[in-house]
Amino acid sequence: MDKRVDIHHFGPFRDARGCSDEAVSTKVATPRELYAELGLEAAFPLSGLRVAVNDAFAAWDALLADGDRVVFVAPSSGG
Amino acid sequence: MFEIATEPIEPAACRRALAADAVGAFVAFEGWVRDHNGGRAVTLLEYEAYAVLAVSEGERILAEAAERFEVEAVHAVHRTGRLAVGDLAVWVGVTAAHRAPAFEACRYVIDEVKARVPIWKREHYADGASGWVDGATGAPGPSTGGPSTGGPSTDGEPPASPGPSSARPR
Repeated sequence: MDKRVDIHHFGPFRDARGCSDEAVSTKVATPRELYAELGLEAAFPLSGLRVAVNDAFAAWDALLADGDRVVFVAPSSGG
Repeated sequence: MFEIATEPIEPAACRRALAADAVGAFVAFEGWVRDHNGGRAVTLLEYEAYAVLAVSEGERILAEAAERFEVEAVHAVHRTGRLAVGDLAVWVGVTAAHRAPAFEACRYVIDEVKARVPIWKREHYADGASGWVDGATGAPGPSTGGPSTGGPSTDGEPPASPGPSSARPR
């Protein structure tokens, strides 16, 4: 069954996607699968990335629920 | 407390807030914007934060520091927005009864903040190019508007080795 996932992009991801927010309808179960579905790995290899779901860091294989908010977190470059 | 600041950080005020009679040592780190990086002239930095998660992760780091080191208080502030050369990008202050844990905790906090807190830096160069710094390598990603070479442009520290936390080398 399709679930709605809201994705917010920051920094390099926003530039790559050309938008800050995306609402997707998807059958995938996990953030890892969602990332693959979006085709982002070519530009941003998964290794070294983190993912946040509903404003908390999550496992790449956590189960997504309808209405979840997802952010793919590029390696930090603050400081 | 860990804060994201959209306005200039005031170190004197941050310091005063940590003063206490039980404190014998105060150690602070300030990260400034410098004018060069990797052979390129830097004119401007832009910092962007995933603010909600940055604050929660920053608070987690400060709590870890308070747990690991015998300190009285820890405070950190990170700017977002556009910063010119010489501006203060990040401030970390630690108080303790004695200097050794204050130094150790301060180092721990800035290393972990740089590795873990979801903040990203876009560098602007004198040649007109700009690009997001790759947090994994410290080098700029693809830049626009000019030639693309270069690396990070704040404190110039070599990547931190993985420690007892989830810190990643930069």
